[in-house]
Amino acid sequence: MNTSLSWIKAYVPELDVAAQEYADAMTLSGTKVEGYVELDADLDKIVIGQIDRIERHPDADKLVVCQVNIGTEVTQIVTGADNVFEGAKVPVVLDGGRVAGGHDGSKTPGGIKIKKGKLRGVVSNGMMCSIEELGSTKDMYPESPENGIYIFPEDAEIGASAVKVLGLDDVVFEYEVTSNRVDCFSVIGIAREAAATFGKKFVPPVVPETGNGEDVNEYVKVSVENTELCPRYCARVVKNIKIGPSPKWMQRRLASVGIRPINNLVDITNYVMEEYGQPMHAYDLDTIAGRQIVVKNARDGEKFTTLDGQERQMDTDVLMICDGEKAIGIAGIMGGENSMITDDVKTMLFEAACFDGVNIRKSSKRVGLRTDASGKFEKGLDPNNAKAAIDRACQLVEEMGAGEVVGGTVDVYGKKKEPVRVPFDAGKINAMLGTDISGEKMLEYLKQIDLEYDEEAKEVIAPTFRQDLFRLADIAEEVARFYGYDNIPTTLPTGEATTGKLTFKLRIEQAARDIAEFCGFSQGMCYSFESPKVFDKLRIPADSPLRRAVEIMNPLGEDYSIMRTISLNGMLTSLATNYNRRNKDVRLYELGNIYLPKSLPLTELPEERMQFTLGMYGKGDFFSMKGVVEEFFEKIGMKDRETYDPNAGKPFLHPGRQANIIYDGKIMGYLGEIHPEVADTYGIGERAYIAVIDMPEIMGYATFDRKYFGIAKYPAVSRDISMVVPKQILAGQIEEVIAAKGGKYLESYALFDLYEGSQIREGFKSVAYSTVFRAQDKTLEDAEVAAAMDRILKGLEGMGIELRR
Amino acid sequence: MKERLEQIKKEAIEQIQASDMPEKLNDVRVRFLGKKGELTAVLKGMKDVAPEERPRVGQLVNETRAAIEAIMEETKQKMEKAIREEKLKAEVIDVTLPSKKNRVGHRHPNTIALEEVERIFVGMGYEVVEGPDVEYDLYNFEKLNIPADHPAKDEQDTFYINKEIVLRTQTSPVQARVMEQGKLPVRMIAPGRVFRSDEVDATHSPSFHQIEGLVIDKNISFADLKGTLEVFAKELFGPQTKTKFRPHHFPFTEPSAEVDVSCFKCGGKGCRFCKGSGWIEILGCGMVHPHVLEMCGIDPEEYGGFAFGVGLERIALLKYEIDDMRLLYENDIRFLKQF
Repeated sequence: MNTSLSWIKAYVPELDVAAQEYADAMTLSGTKVEGYVELDADLDKIVIGQIDRIERHPDADKLVVCQVNIGTEVTQIVTGADNVFEGAKVPVVLDGGRVAGGHDGSKTPGGIKIKKGKLRGVVSNGMMCSIEELGSTKDMYPESPENGIYIFPEDAEIGASAVKVLGLDDVVFEYEVTSNRVDCFSVIGIAREAAATFGKKFVPPVVPETGNGEDVNEYVKVSVENTELCPRYCARVVKNIKIGPSPKWMQRRLASVGIRPINNLVDITNYVMEEYGQPMHAYDLDTIAGRQIVVKNARDGEKFTTLDGQERQMDTDVLMICDGEKAIGIAGIMGGENSMITDDVKTMLFEAACFDGVNIRKSSKRVGLRTDASGKFEKGLDPNNAKAAIDRACQLVEEMGAGEVVGGTVDVYGKKKEPVRVPFDAGKINAMLGTDISGEKMLEYLKQIDLEYDEEAKEVIAPTFRQDLFRLADIAEEVARFYGYDNIPTTLPTGEATTGKLTFKLRIEQAARDIAEFCGFSQGMCYSFESPKVFDKLRIPADSPLRRAVEIMNPLGEDYSIMRTISLNGMLTSLATNYNRRNKDVRLYELGNIYLPKSLPLTELPEERMQFTLGMYGKGDFFSMKGVVEEFFEKIGMKDRETYDPNAGKPFLHPGRQANIIYDGKIMGYLGEIHPEVADTYGIGERAYIAVIDMPEIMGYATFDRKYFGIAKYPAVSRDISMVVPKQILAGQIEEVIAAKGGKYLESYALFDLYEGSQIREGFKSVAYSTVFRAQDKTLEDAEVAAAMDRILKGLEGMGIELRR
Repeated sequence: MKERLEQIKKEAIEQIQASDMPEKLNDVRVRFLGKKGELTAVLKGMKDVAPEERPRVGQLVNETRAAIEAIMEETKQKMEKAIREEKLKAEVIDVTLPSKKNRVGHRHPNTIALEEVERIFVGMGYEVVEGPDVEYDLYNFEKLNIPADHPAKDEQDTFYINKEIVLRTQTSPVQARVMEQGKLPVRMIAPGRVFRSDEVDATHSPSFHQIEGLVIDKNISFADLKGTLEVFAKELFGPQTKTKFRPHHFPFTEPSAEVDVSCFKCGGKGCRFCKGSGWIEILGCGMVHPHVLEMCGIDPEEYGGFAFGVGLERIALLKYEIDDMRLLYENDIRFLKQF
């Protein structure tokens, strides 16, 4: 929404503020000013001059030398324009002044400084200006010549400021009006706010009764079939129409908000739409069959040609304005070509109606046509405003001599909209705001914006144009706005103390971040939605449940169309981005959800599982990744030894370098080297490793509780086991035996040598473990250690392992 | 006897002083004080001494031994000190050579900003909770006073899964979920991912993060909201930070406000960063709408509260002066390393 300052001042005559002051104060009272343009910011020292005499330039065919009377003196100006004539009154920028841009319409920030100088040897003391040089366009000033100097009417005052006379001494404000304040999509609405903000008198237009002695009902009949979608329809008739330009003041106001003046009728409709926020439409009454208006839904598939010449398809939910035979307009969106006003119009029907906002919004979307009118209607207009607006339009028709207004209004208005009454309670308002404002002061604020008080009922009456006021909280906001949000004190909530804390889940995630970062991994963030193509990229089989993903109905594109069921694509894409950019030794982690539907199509929310995903290439290998996993488990109190099952069956991982991470017999996640084919697909040119930990799975095991175990006082006994092992036996299997058979004194065990090669026979490897035994309460005896070792060795021998003694 | 002992002492001191390394000193010890040393030999010859003389001679021997030992110890310490100094001199390193680092990873700027916000509110007694990313229309809109056909639904460019289920467009549905549980009073913040169908560019992303705040209690006023957010802004952006509350509209709060903070780059004078205004918009807030309370089973006559919503990316971009939102989701290590 835009308004010029001068237009606001038309209804708040006492308002006298600078642009910035106005913008700041309006913003603080709730009408946010997004920005403003001072139309004369780049204009300086420009007066109206009259050309006394024109002579040819002695040395240039295309230039003329003018003697221009600028009131204080007659000065010489050379120009190349060919539309000047003796006696013409023109804008003249004097020596040292500025214009906004070139005559081609280009604008120069800060303007162009004009100095006196010589043009082909002849002194020129300034410049005559075109409307473009003054920063505007012929569109906005239709009286301007096509190419040339702007010519003022004969009665223009010589020496006066050209900027003022052209109405360029104005400021145009752009507002961000929130959707609840439909009334502020009008100049009057903004002016009312401005008056209240600055404590000045609000003077809206006074509209007297208009019309001749005739009765409009003799001219037209209106019936509304769908009163739900059209709660009110007002029609008035104007005859003996005289099409012509509208007065300058109206043209200037329209131009100031970016509307091009066309002719008196169009300008009046546009003007009232801006002024009252009520769109109106004008039909050529002579084209209306049976002089009858019927408001009803369109037929399915009905074709209709709007006044822009486009044929459009309707459906039964679109509301149409029809005559006795055919459709003549799409209600609230655009009129029809068949009934539009032409220059030959004699009698005209003015329509000011109220349509259901939601229906207009939806219809305008389906029909694919959004207009200024539909933009207003879809916000849901006040039906009581329709009559006021149409009367205002007729007033302007009469004032401007644009035609003869027929007496009376056809007004189809079912259930009248009544003002809302809100019980007033100053104490409660103060409690809500934390203020101490007197009830009288509150009512004063409310009265400024036309909220009357019924003293007897103790109720505030919210006028129907305020469709956002229903209960005391709404009234409290009105009070707060004009009391000033800034003046409300600042306190902190009192009352029962609460404990500030993170949930356990969030604490575990914090531990995950700490460990990942300690191990050199930086945190990435990936999208939750991705392409269904990722399943093929990850070599996931066609029948895998992972492919059952939640689909977005209206995605940004296929690449963002499903909610991810696996976290790897984001990680691999990020690694590839880094690889492409030649970043070395990259380690990333991500904490993000996957979304697993319980059933498809979705009937309840999918399960959201937090995944802790680690990925890396460069320094490090499978075992570095494994180390990170184990560091993490230890950090969150999972003290038992993890085991690893190489038969993880992950198609996107190297078949010989992958494992499920097992804890207490349950799969907590997996890790491995990226399958070379997948690495190729993503464009990662090095071995890359990933680990994925399913966070909900570890929640049951994680704990931040710690218990101290006494530091051993008695000496440890260590024994080494050296063995030759069939290749297919995994270290994990050996460890399982050591752990199971070691007995209660076994404190720890660790692999210290692994060798495959020439000295070991084919199919075998040499493996050596060191074991440590210790008792908490005594020095171990040799026999006790020997017994434990014996059990271990027997167990190992049982697996076909040869011991080297 | 006495002369002999004097002689031994003299010789021993000469030899000690002639020693130039610890090994030689040790040789001297063996020669004079060892089991077969000269002093021991003197003791062994005691049997030839008259019994009444023996204590005196014994004392003389001990005195001599003590004297030799003292000199020897002193010399030894000097020698060791000299050797250590020699060694230290030899061990000088070039401290300007490169360091050896355990390459620590970096947190995402979003997370750093989030943790800072969490720290502030946890300190004020707020619990940090979460809600689902994929959410019912009911919670995302309906219970927040945004009924079907409300224009705000269009404004937010919602991603739909089906008619009832959406990708949440805001973290505000967590408000409704927490209030519904009915455990009062409430002081919570709810960070999380939200989605809107905006094409990716320098200032938009279809997926970003918000932090929702909610307080429900008896006697909560707009002044409490102002005070709370003022503390928050000062903690986050520095103690000089000023806040400005501007009236605004949100369907689920009334009265509502948008909050600007004084530009932390220029201190409010106006610069390119704040587009010359001296102020930067950071969040939306308001008093929880009584109808929202009713829909969540809370009596607005008894309880009231305030809510606020902060864009996490907005804070991260502002605080760390990141000029392109896309950087946050590319995961280029050269970007992440800076945090």
